[in-house]
Amino acid sequence: MASLVGSRVERKEDKKLLTGRGKYTADVNFIHQTYAYFVRSPHARAEIKKVDISKASKAPGVVAVLTGADIANDKIGGLIAGWRIKSEDGSDMKVPAHPPLANESVNYVGDHVAVVIAESLDEARSAADLVKVDYKILKAVVKTKDAMDSDQIYKDIPKNMCFDWLLGDRAKVKEAFDKADKIIKIDIINNRLIPNAMEPRAANADYNPSTEEITLYTTSQNPHLARIIISAFNGVAPENKLRVIAPDVGGGFGSKIYPYAEEVVCSWAAKKIERPVKWVADRTESFLSDCHGRDHVTHAELAVKNDGTFLGFKNETIANIGAYASVFGTVTPTYLFGPCATGVYKMPAAYTNVKAVYTNTAPVDAYRGAGRPEATYTIETLVEKAARELGMDPAEIRMKNFPTEFPFQQTLVHSVDSGDYNAGLKKAMEMGEYESFEKRKKESESRGKLRGIGFCTYFEACGIAPSPVVMMLGCGIGLWESAEVRFNPTGNVTVFTGSHSHGQGHDTTFAQIAADQLGIPIENIEIAHGDTDKGPFGYGTYGSRSLTVGGTAIVKACDKIVAKGKRVAAKMLEVNEDEVDFNNGEFVVAKSNKKKTIGEVAFACYLPGTYGEVKSPLPDGEEPGLKETSFFDPANFSFPAGSHICEVEVDQDTGETKVVKYTAVDDFGTIINPLIVEGQVHGGLAQGIGQALYENCHYDDSGQLVTASYMDYTMPRADNFTDFNLGFTCTPATSNPLGTKGCGEAGAIAAPPAVMNAVIDAIGKEISMPATAEKVWAACNKKNKNSEAA
Amino acid sequence: MKTFNYHSVKDVKEASKLSSSKSAFLAGGMTTIPSMKLGLANYKDIINIKGIKKLSGIKVSGKTVTIGSTTRHAEVANSKEIKKAIPSLSALAEGIGDPQVRNRGTIGGSIANNDPAADYPSACIALNAVIHTNNRKIDAEKFFRGMFETSLKSGEIIESIEFAIPQKSSYQKYPNPASRYAIVGVYVAKHKSGVNVAVTGAKSCVYNDKNLSDILSKNFSADAINNTKISASGMNSDIHASADYRANMVKVFAKKAVEAC
Ligand SMILES: Cc1cc2nc3c(=O)[nH]c(=O)nc-3n(C[C@H](O)[C@H](O)[C@H](O)COP(=O)(O)OP(=O)(O)OC[C@H]3O[C@@H](n4cnc5c(N)ncnc54)[C@H](O)[C@@H]3O)c2cc1C
Repeated sequence: MASLVGSRVERKEDKKLLTGRGKYTADVNFIHQTYAYFVRSPHARAEIKKVDISKASKAPGVVAVLTGADIANDKIGGLIAGWRIKSEDGSDMKVPAHPPLANESVNYVGDHVAVVIAESLDEARSAADLVKVDYKILKAVVKTKDAMDSDQIYKDIPKNMCFDWLLGDRAKVKEAFDKADKIIKIDIINNRLIPNAMEPRAANADYNPSTEEITLYTTSQNPHLARIIISAFNGVAPENKLRVIAPDVGGGFGSKIYPYAEEVVCSWAAKKIERPVKWVADRTESFLSDCHGRDHVTHAELAVKNDGTFLGFKNETIANIGAYASVFGTVTPTYLFGPCATGVYKMPAAYTNVKAVYTNTAPVDAYRGAGRPEATYTIETLVEKAARELGMDPAEIRMKNFPTEFPFQQTLVHSVDSGDYNAGLKKAMEMGEYESFEKRKKESESRGKLRGIGFCTYFEACGIAPSPVVMMLGCGIGLWESAEVRFNPTGNVTVFTGSHSHGQGHDTTFAQIAADQLGIPIENIEIAHGDTDKGPFGYGTYGSRSLTVGGTAIVKACDKIVAKGKRVAAKMLEVNEDEVDFNNGEFVVAKSNKKKTIGEVAFACYLPGTYGEVKSPLPDGEEPGLKETSFFDPANFSFPAGSHICEVEVDQDTGETKVVKYTAVDDFGTIINPLIVEGQVHGGLAQGIGQALYENCHYDDSGQLVTASYMDYTMPRADNFTDFNLGFTCTPATSNPLGTKGCGEAGAIAAPPAVMNAVIDAIGKEISMPATAEKVWAACNKKNKNSEAA
Repeated sequence: MKTFNYHSVKDVKEASKLSSSKSAFLAGGMTTIPSMKLGLANYKDIINIKGIKKLSGIKVSGKTVTIGSTTRHAEVANSKEIKKAIPSLSALAEGIGDPQVRNRGTIGGSIANNDPAADYPSACIALNAVIHTNNRKIDAEKFFRGMFETSLKSGEIIESIEFAIPQKSSYQKYPNPASRYAIVGVYVAKHKSGVNVAVTGAKSCVYNDKNLSDILSKNFSADAINNTKISASGMNSDIHASADYRANMVKVFAKKAVEAC
């Protein structure tokens, strides 16, 4: 049988998903179901003086109206920050209380104040209008840059600062800067984004009073994490009495990694009223209350020699984490950001300092790339500026500073196991026809357009992650992954994975891996995920980890299956175990025609006997059945890398910028399914180009979200893009047997600086993201004046 | 959405009689239904006028194109006759929203709503349109009164819009990157009697830029308006475009339109 790894197997899940046969949380209904509608704060910051539910409680169809006081009475715990960060001075990060329903204050528009539960959604919504909340409106803190000098939001958190974190060595950096020929400086903004998963968040919680069990259907990238948090921290029900099911989920991009207030409230309320409680966000609620992404203000400096050698790097960043510290809200701008900020280069000295600030905006958490897009944008715009100021070619300055020996000990944290950055960049330059750029530029100019070219060479750390390492750094959980490979008696297989597919195509990729390992047809393999009652505990999907960590667990579980199979086959074939080889689904004995298929062995394992005589195919002491579990904790992160080259055309009259050529050459290590990988790159590029040119979350000075619908939030559309020219290089990862590195986030990481460098090259002025038409027009028309960052 | 009474009517009289200050006509519903869903509008009565046969259709005579009020954007976009008589009008319809919106939204609904960023009002101004209602004819110049405001009276129904066929014309739109409504849309039409430069999106209501119209009436070329200053005063300013930017875009798009004529 030909190997499936490396082939373009069409996605098994697409038939279901594209023909409306998927099953999403909103499709789940229970008898006696009730509907929840949340009363949300219309103010960015206010004290709650009083919540009067008397009218709402009497409205038609209303079953219950619950408030923060009820949550407090029932001792339901608050939402948590999952990663503990320490400040440079050794003090712990400061975290405000975050009750699922606000009790004393509301801190962003959309914050949860009460929930109305009724027989129908219309009744719940109408009654919600009758909940009277007496607010004392306070001045909101909105702007990232000004947060530390604004009114203090929380009593115990001076300067609105969660932490002031340092990674690196300030003294060494100073030394390096003292020796520099030139210091290159940038001030940039990493614009705030709203995730906009196609499927809005939803929850449907069913409580069985006889068994005291809650079944929670929810839009989660990580149902086991949802269960442990709702059990251990919110205290809604013990883990053995809480089943969390994340059925088909329509995209997450990080925003669905962890449970939100709504899931906690629905689970708790279902238990309280002893009826199922369903909630489905409308699009406005998604805009207001899904955790947002990015939102950094950065000053960075690069010390260089005149020949282009990098000597040192400084990164001073203010990260807006919103009104509350969300589950991965504190790690995203620290350990997922700082280490990668020195880029793909040898950098003798470096530090990253991040001041995380609270503001009266929605919480900010991981969003596709989580920290690495921010890091890459910083270093890659800085490097390109260095090339400009030194009069060097942008490719040359990069190659000069690439490491060539692997493993490469990167400046701040990581030991990068493998890579070949020169090969990637050279291939990208060839595919992107770098040599003939000037010709294309002239051609654009002949049509009155400005053309620019921009590079981005990146590496990122994903495949998260070694548990002891992340827990040492403050993570509240381990990040290994599990798999259970279960043969059914008739020879087909169900693979349970602790990771979760919400667009990534695991049903296909994981089946390809198992098919190769077990030598059985892919049609005979089912991938099961997303249900805490099925399969072992797992850690879900994010951080481009599923294949590298979860896929490896599958390989290891398959290895165990084969090992047991060998023992059983040996007994069945009446040979010694070491005489049995396993090839293409068959246990064979060399130089003989003796063999058993893995299906025959599985059958024997489940039906271990013979008619008419007492004879077992199982060796003495071997248990019946054929099912193996593996928990894989990786020894290292994985480090995809790549070179992206973007060309844009700018219309000076209107400022409109079009991406006209885009070349991406990525090294994801081994590629299991090129079709799926290309799709992942396309999606990432769409989001990355979206961030560079279009998307921007905007709060006004009072903290109202102006971009709360598609009328104002510019989601990129297909016609905003050109064809993407994709290529790959491959240096397999050494930290996992598959050699994979992770591809899910690369496009979103690499595209923003590639696009922005191209825009800056075209117009000859520095501007920050997003390069909207007006901003570019203003920069083009501001004669002799360097336009400032925003 | 709050509950309401739904009426489906067969003739204009019935529709007019049912209407009140708390009702809306339902044509394409592309404005009415989203505003109701968002709680921005509440009506006691919704009067569906799509069943009134005579309100829909396209007629082209020697000098005019007449479009029934419930004619959908997609029909105008695809009409062979309109493409021949006033190609810029079909092109405008083709550029409204997305296929779903074009398959439902109607010309009557669009101009009755008079969204400051809508496309059709500029066509009415540039093409010297006459709005035919159930009891009078209104010149386009007098029809559009202000933001979401027209000279329609309560119970008055637009039956059709009659456009003068120009010698040359072009509509050029800079779409809002998010919503794709016009940030600035400029409709230039050259008639025997002179040139109209209708601008939408830029101010609180569509307007005829008299200055540009005069200059182009004398010299119909993009160069003629090269040095004309467009004042930003009175222009809209929002997160997508400042008043200065809009002023610039009016000129850029006026030139584009003249060049495309
Ligand atoms: C996603 C989206 C994108 C859009 N993009 C654009 C765009 O790019 N450009 C653009 O111009 N528009 C755009 N629109 C608006 C669209 O063109 C609407 O169709 C139009 O504004 C309203 O027309 P309708 O037929 O849907 O009217 P309805 O919503 O049915 O009615 C709107 C109003 O008009 C009144 N009305 C309707 N018909 C008559 C009549 N015959 N006589 C008197 N009053 C009447 C109704 O009482 C109501 O108050 C968009 C809409 C959406 C939802």
